[in-house]
Amino acid sequence: MPDETGARPWPFLAVLRPKWLTARARTVHGEKGRAVRWTVLGIVGLAFWAVAFGLLHRVLRYFAGVDEIGALLAGRLLGILVLSFLSILLLSNIIAALSSFFLAKDLDLLVSSPVDWLTLYTSRLAETALHSSWMVVLLALPMLTAYGLAFSGGPGFVLAALAGFLPFLVIPAALGSALTLTLVNVFPARRTRDILSVIGVLAAAGLVVLFRLIRPEQLARPEGFRSLVEFITILRGSSSPFLPSDWLQQVLMGSLTGRFDPLPLYLLWSTAAALVVLGALLHRAFYPIGFTKAQEGAQRFAREGTGTRFLRRVLAPLGVLRRELVLKELRVFFRDSTQWSQLILLAVLVAVYVVNIRYLPLSGDGMTFFIVNVIPFLNLALSGFVLASIAARFLFPAVSLEGRTWWLLRSSAMSMRDLLWAKFWTGTLPLLGLAVGIVVVTDVLLQVSPFMFAVSVGTITLMTFAIAGLAIGFGTLYPRFESENAAQIPTSFGGLLFMMTAIALIGVVLVLEARPAYEWLSARSAGEAPAASSLVAGLAGAAAVCLLATFLPLRLALRRLDAIER
Amino acid sequence: MISLERLTKKYGDFTAVDAIDLEVPPGQLFGFLGPNGAGKTTTLRMIAGILRPTDGRIRIGGIDVVRQPNEAKARLGFIPDRPFIYEKLTGMEFLRFVAGLYGQQGAQVEHRGRELLALFDLEDWRDELVESYSHGMRQKLIISGAFVHRPAVIVVDEPMVGLDPKAARTLKDLFREYVRRGHTIMMSTHTLEVAQHLCDRIAIIRRGRIVAAGTMDELRRHAEHGAEGLEDIFLRLTGEIAARDLVEVLDA
Repeated sequence: MPDETGARPWPFLAVLRPKWLTARARTVHGEKGRAVRWTVLGIVGLAFWAVAFGLLHRVLRYFAGVDEIGALLAGRLLGILVLSFLSILLLSNIIAALSSFFLAKDLDLLVSSPVDWLTLYTSRLAETALHSSWMVVLLALPMLTAYGLAFSGGPGFVLAALAGFLPFLVIPAALGSALTLTLVNVFPARRTRDILSVIGVLAAAGLVVLFRLIRPEQLARPEGFRSLVEFITILRGSSSPFLPSDWLQQVLMGSLTGRFDPLPLYLLWSTAAALVVLGALLHRAFYPIGFTKAQEGAQRFAREGTGTRFLRRVLAPLGVLRRELVLKELRVFFRDSTQWSQLILLAVLVAVYVVNIRYLPLSGDGMTFFIVNVIPFLNLALSGFVLASIAARFLFPAVSLEGRTWWLLRSSAMSMRDLLWAKFWTGTLPLLGLAVGIVVVTDVLLQVSPFMFAVSVGTITLMTFAIAGLAIGFGTLYPRFESENAAQIPTSFGGLLFMMTAIALIGVVLVLEARPAYEWLSARSAGEAPAASSLVAGLAGAAAVCLLATFLPLRLALRRLDAIER
Repeated sequence: MISLERLTKKYGDFTAVDAIDLEVPPGQLFGFLGPNGAGKTTTLRMIAGILRPTDGRIRIGGIDVVRQPNEAKARLGFIPDRPFIYEKLTGMEFLRFVAGLYGQQGAQVEHRGRELLALFDLEDWRDELVESYSHGMRQKLIISGAFVHRPAVIVVDEPMVGLDPKAARTLKDLFREYVRRGHTIMMSTHTLEVAQHLCDRIAIIRRGRIVAAGTMDELRRHAEHGAEGLEDIFLRLTGEIAARDLVEVLDA
């Protein structure tokens, strides 16, 4: 309520109010089928949580049963999970801060109003943190529940988790916003392209270094240590004592094992508070200059060069309409720094993945025939997951990004089939190249048999089409036409639904293939004549699932495109 | 050339356009006026094939927009009121893209594109990304886009918004010449002087219904005030005369 002078006592809340009202309006005045939507979300979400929880809980219960080193192993696993949360949070906060502090459309209004700097800083920080953190919180819930139950945490653990997680979310938000502010000030005039490249490269280096620092393969090979004492010393040692993820891990494990130490909790809260204060001071000093720089027009020319002329000739067989649609897709993508810069990130993800495959201990004790043959399927599952993440980022928003130009596409003499065709193929072909590339390289590193190689390449090819079909399909069925930032589109309801469906698809395909393939291989290694019928049925079933997941979403998407009115 | 039969659009319980009938013959510039929220934009977007009518028929040159959308749209150019276009294309690339949507390409498109950009003083900007264009420049580019594939009918929503006086004059001349060649334009506008001097016939829509349609003389007779200008006729027919006391509003 305004006070006597007409000013709101909580200007911070007043600035955030439009966002809250928008979110509420979307929920209250949602379109038809809202109940169905939430039911589906609820069921799929619960299923996802149940699987994540079930797997983790089983591993943790096993750990909990091992004397002395069980809790240490669980702690180390928690450390790795929380560290990956921290890196995801930092990166998404940097990107979200660029949008919410410098590029959002409502900033003109806010900056021209008598809103004080602290209100602007705190409200935008809260928005940045919220946008970047909600998915991590959702992912953390089954993890924390599994830890709490496996180690009989009780209410003390719930309190410790709440007290530890809150500052853990604030730290990367304040740090990410401060980094973005610094970068915007360092680079001249609306050079988001450069800023994001730097962010991408930094993230790349950071991720690779972090993953190599953890040396996860070391833990999988206790026989590599000179003694059990050395192994336990490694486990007990803090992997990165200056990282908030380590403090959070200590808070959580401390409360679970009954050896709670308040110091990491103090460190989390004091670091979060210090970073917010420092961030606010930086904001006061540099935001006006940075904001002005971000508003300066980007005078950029683009003439048709030999490259475009060549591409035009290559694409000529597609016909005028489809060629122009594909050319437009490519231009819009490669000229938009918020889009292409994420390719750097993608390269890092793939590099980290391949490097980790390279370091997998494929020989030594415990490497049975079963494990050696399961690894290629695990590789397929992880490659599929990487593909689904990429499709969520690049293919899922494809239709949503046409929101503002929908009038042009809708009023021209083209069918929606052509639009969908262009969206599907411009996204799928690069994805297919990447997918086959990853699987071929990792299969060579894993030294798989020719049979497994053929199965892997065939499966990943079909799976790519299916994931692309699902991404375009869900992206069209749940479009976010009003979204300002392409990076935010995959974090919508539809994006979540897509990711879960894609993961379910990967699971179904691998379950259908893995067992008959394993039976076939073991029969052959035992010198018996393998029965081909179950293998053929498994592979055919997997192929049928993939084809269905490719064509059904595209068909539904086409119907939806024809009906979209805006 | 444009024929609307009992055209209706409902959003839930709200009727935005209520069974309107209109005929716009070839070679005519037809003005579509009405207060904010009267249903002008909805009607034009239905004619352009962007919105689907709840009921009724729309025909462009005898072709049904709902039943044969691509054939009908091939004859049509649409200019929206808000100039949203691909920020990362250059002006010339945008025109090539629009021509491509209608299956047109080659030297003729290049020539026409250049001529249109030159007409609207955008020649020096042709290879610059749209993101660096001002509001008015974007509007001029969209207008060029609507003409680049030589449609028989142009449907235009508020064409003068954001245009400088020179561009506004150019556009008026372009519209007149285009109509003189036998093409058809249906235009909504709030600039009543433009409608009065440019349009052959005018329809006034209020709360989704056509309240009057005809030439300026016919509208004057309809409003029963012989020598009035379009502003008075408009305010009388739309019942918008009773404005609030300005002093009261400013003192509030």
